[in-house]
Amino acid sequence: MDFKSSDTITGPRTEDHLPHTAQAAAKIVIVGGFGVGKTTMVGSVSEIRPLTTEETMTQAGIGVDDNFGSKSKTATTVAMDFGRISITDQLVLYLFGTPGQERFWFLWNGLFEGALGAVVLVDTRRLEVSFDVMGRLEERNVPFVVAVNDFPDAPRYAIEELRQALDLAEEIPIIRCDARRRASSRDVLMTLMSFLHSLAMSGASA
Amino acid sequence: MTPPQRQRRQPKHEPSPPFHEDDLPSVTGERPPERLYILTGEDGERAPIDLVTLIVARADPPPSAAPEQSALIRICQAPLSVAEISAYLNLPISVVTVLLTELLTAELVQARAPVVRQARADRSLLEAVMHGLQKL
Repeated sequence: MDFKSSDTITGPRTEDHLPHTAQAAAKIVIVGGFGVGKTTMVGSVSEIRPLTTEETMTQAGIGVDDNFGSKSKTATTVAMDFGRISITDQLVLYLFGTPGQERFWFLWNGLFEGALGAVVLVDTRRLEVSFDVMGRLEERNVPFVVAVNDFPDAPRYAIEELRQALDLAEEIPIIRCDARRRASSRDVLMTLMSFLHSLAMSGASA
Repeated sequence: MTPPQRQRRQPKHEPSPPFHEDDLPSVTGERPPERLYILTGEDGERAPIDLVTLIVARADPPPSAAPEQSALIRICQAPLSVAEISAYLNLPISVVTVLLTELLTAELVQARAPVVRQARADRSLLEAVMHGLQKL
């Protein structure tokens, strides 16, 4: 593995340092197919320039890549973009943009453990690419909201039509957004947090 | 034009409880390999290293430290998440996890555990996040 000499590692810029009081971090996951705007959304609300982390998939990808009969193990590098929002001096929120394709799902195991919730970003031109992602979240009991990234040339369905097509329960929020706009992306996150809050309230009264 | 139709799925199992050390050794096939790395905190309690575990250096890099370890310690003078460490060092998460396990054992860095979703969500946490987002 190539490792840059420690002299060349720059690390975070001074303005990107978290305060020493930062005690804990929480994470939210933004999932969707390629080109749906995950990185755009992460970038529009992040206080740091989005960063990329990666993982190498070898045997961890068993059952994902069909390599039966092939002689050598394949190693695939999967990248994930993420950003950060400082909530208070103590609390930090991280947003991970995660590919929804099946072969990346191994990455999710660690990722969704403990995530507060997820945003499923959909493109109405390719609605079906998000189906598996939503099923996966449902199976894992990860609460999510659906954000429709409004591309100018995409078909515009009524929210109720989308709810029916996506077979979403009445309480799951669906909102339109423009992932390029900070305020719009913030509203999506806010919708997720309100939804999680309402789940917490109903759980408490049950 | 009508959109394509999806069918809802049911949870496969009960909501996963908050991560607990007793769960760790049981390799049921569900638990990914990276979860098998365990670190030891100050109180001796084991915790997994998460992508958003915050790492802070406790000391300057000792002369004996490997270059990767020295680099990690140097960029963690202020708290930094495991994901950020991976990004800045240009190393996969699994490699960063191994480095951190060594550095935590040597007490050269400190780990601050992430906030995780509980079976019963923490309302005050959610309210704090909403308040923070409003300021964006």
